[in-house]
Amino acid sequence: MRSTLKLAVPFAVAALALGACGTKGGDTTPAAGGSGGAKVCDQKIGMFGALTGPNANLGIYIQNGVNLALDDYNAKHADCKVALANYDSQGDPTQAPALAKSAIDDKKVVGIVGPAFSGESKAAYPLFNEASMVAITPSATNPALADNGWKVFFRALGNDATQGPAAAKYIKDTVKSTKPFVIDDASEYGKGLADIVRKDLGTSVVGNDTVQVKQTDFSATVTKVTASGADAVFYGGYSPEAALLIKQLRDAGFKGTFVVADGVKDQSYIDNAKAAAEGTIITCPCVPPDVAPEFQKAYKAKFKEDPNTYSGEGYDAATILLDGIGEGKDRASMLDYVKNFDKKGVTKQLKFDAKGESADVKVFAYKVEDGKIVSVGEIK
Amino acid sequence: MQFLIDNFAALTVTGLAIGAVYSLIALGYTFVYGVLRLINFAHSEVFMYGSFAAVWVVMVIGGHPGGSIGQVIFWVALMFVAAMAMSGLVAVLIERVAYRPLRKRNAPPLIALISAIGASFVLSETMGLREKIAGWFGLDDTLRPYVNNSRNNVPLPSIIKPQGVFSIQGYEVTNVDIFVIVGAIAMMIMLDQFVSRSRLGRGIRAVAMDPEAAALMGVNRDRVIRVTFLVGGVMAGAAAVFYLLKIGSTRYDVGFILGVKAFTAAVLGGIGNLRGALLGGIVLGLAENYGSALVGTEWKDVVAFVLLVVILLFRPTGLLGESLGKARA
Repeated sequence: MRSTLKLAVPFAVAALALGACGTKGGDTTPAAGGSGGAKVCDQKIGMFGALTGPNANLGIYIQNGVNLALDDYNAKHADCKVALANYDSQGDPTQAPALAKSAIDDKKVVGIVGPAFSGESKAAYPLFNEASMVAITPSATNPALADNGWKVFFRALGNDATQGPAAAKYIKDTVKSTKPFVIDDASEYGKGLADIVRKDLGTSVVGNDTVQVKQTDFSATVTKVTASGADAVFYGGYSPEAALLIKQLRDAGFKGTFVVADGVKDQSYIDNAKAAAEGTIITCPCVPPDVAPEFQKAYKAKFKEDPNTYSGEGYDAATILLDGIGEGKDRASMLDYVKNFDKKGVTKQLKFDAKGESADVKVFAYKVEDGKIVSVGEIK
Repeated sequence: MQFLIDNFAALTVTGLAIGAVYSLIALGYTFVYGVLRLINFAHSEVFMYGSFAAVWVVMVIGGHPGGSIGQVIFWVALMFVAAMAMSGLVAVLIERVAYRPLRKRNAPPLIALISAIGASFVLSETMGLREKIAGWFGLDDTLRPYVNNSRNNVPLPSIIKPQGVFSIQGYEVTNVDIFVIVGAIAMMIMLDQFVSRSRLGRGIRAVAMDPEAAALMGVNRDRVIRVTFLVGGVMAGAAAVFYLLKIGSTRYDVGFILGVKAFTAAVLGGIGNLRGALLGGIVLGLAENYGSALVGTEWKDVVAFVLLVVILLFRPTGLLGESLGKARA
C-alpha cells in the first residue's frame, strides 16, 4: 500500500498540473470536483457482459454505447481520461463470479456497467455488493434481482415485471391470439419472463414447454405447438435458440405469430432464422433510436450503424458513472451519488427508486420486416 | 400420455430423423473402437468440420431459396462432396497426428484418450477462433462472410423449403424428413455391405478380431486403420449434411453435445458393432422425443441417459453385443 502511495503522489501532482492547464480557456468542465483532495486520474469503469460467444451481439451493442459515453467524457477531460475495463462473461453465469472478483481486485475500477444478463447478474451482484462496487445494469430484466437487498444494484431500464405484462397485453390485444403457447429456455431471464407472460395470459394458454440453452433440435417442442393448434407462440430466451426454434416451427407449417422479448432483439436472430424470422414481434424495454436523435447521430458516426438494443441504456449507465467520476467520486462514494442521481439521459429521466429500479419505464414493440427490426411503437 | 398417443407419428418421424444423424456419427466411434479399442473423442470435431464445409460450399456457389429441382440436387450433392471430403481429411489427419505417433511407441490406451480429448479441443477452438486466425494472414477481409462472428451460429443458406409429401395421423411428413431418414439408412447399408463384402472390409474385420493374426496373414495394419478413420470421417460428413438440412445451422462447438449423444448411441447399440450403431442411434432419437412428450422437453437428456443405464444394466455389452469382428463372423 505504502509503495503505491509513493508512486501515486507524483502522478497525482502531475495530473493536477496538467488539469490546471486543461481547464483554461473558459472550459466549464466540473473536473476539479467536490472531493477536494488530489484528483485521482487513470480510473476505469468496467463493462461486464457477453462480448464473445453466441450472445455477444447484445453485449457489444451495450459496449458501443459505453464507449461513446467514454469518448464524450474523455473529450471534455483530456487531462484526466477514464479507461474501459472489459469483463467478458460470454453471458455465462458460471464465469461471472471470477470476473466480478477480478473487477473488484482492480482498485482503479470505480463502477460497473452490467452485468448484461440476468443469470450472470445473480451470480455477480453478491460479490459487488460485498465490495460496495456500484453496478448499473443496462439490460438485465429479471424482476427478482431487485429483491435481494443488494445496495449496489441499479437497473437503467424497465424489468420483466413491466415487460412481461406488456408482452402478454400485446399478444392479447394486438395479435388477438386466443390460443397462445408459451416456451422458455429455463434460464433466469427466459423462465422468469415466460412465467409472467403465462400468468398474465391466464387460461387462454394452450400449452407450455421448456427447452434447453444450446439445444438445436426442437422437434418435440414443435410437435407440441402444432398439435395444440396455437395461433401465437411466446418464447422467453435468447436469440441462438429462438432462431432455430422459429425456423423449425415454420418448417413444420406453424402459421401463427412468434412473439419474443429483448433477449432476441439482435441482428443475429434474423441472420440465422432468415425468412422464418419475418413478422416476429419483439418486445423490449429499450427505446427506439429515433427517440434520441442526437445520440443516434453520434452513434452512427462512430459505429456506422444505428444504435441497437440497449446501446442507449449502456450509454446512460456509463454516463451516470462518468458524471460521478467527474465530480471526484471514488468507488466508496459512488453509491450515494448514483442513488441521488436525477438527470435526463438519452433514453429517459435517469433516476432510481429505493430498490435501484428505474423510476421511468417504457416498453416498446418491434417487428421484423424485410430482414430488419423496426419499431412499431410503445405498448401502453 | 395422451399427447404421446395423439402425436405418435410426428414424434416418431422427427425422432427417426435426428436418430439417423446420431447413427451416422456413432458409426465413426464404433468403427474406430472396433479396430483400435480406442474411443476417438475427436470424432465430434470431424462432424463439425464437415458441417462447416457444407455450409461454405453452398455460400461459395451462391445457393438461394427457390432454386429449381436440378439446382437443389446439385447443391445438396456438392454439400455431400465437400462435407465428406473435409470430414474424411480431418479424420485421417487426427489419426496421423494424434494417434499414430503414440501407437508406434506403444503408449497405453489412456494416453491415446488424452490425446483424443486434446485433439478435440484444438480442432474446436481453431474453428471458433477462425476470425483471428484469418487475421494473422491478412485474409479476414477477403474471407469476411466465412469467418465473421466465428463463435456464433452459422446458418446454412436455405436451399430447400420443407414441404409435406404425405401425412400420417395428421402429421405432414416433409421431403426433408424422408430424405434424411432414407438417405442415412441407405448410407449405413452401403457401409455394412462394404465391410462384409469388400477386400478392405475383410481387412478391417480381420484387424478388429485379431491384429497379430491379421498382420501374419499379410494385412497392412496401418493402412486398415487409416481406411477406418477415413470411412468413419466420411460418414460423419454425410451426417453433417443431413443435420444441416434438418436443423439449419452449425457452430464451432456443435460437435460436443452431438458427439456425446452419438457416443451414447454407439454404446447403446453395442460399441464396435456397426448395426448396433444404427439401432442405438435410432433408439436414442426416438427415446428423446417420446421422453420429451411424456415428461417435458427439458427432461429429454435425462430420459435418454436413464434409458442408456437401464439397458446397460441388463445388457452390459449393448443391444446387439460388442465386437465388430464377432458380429460379422
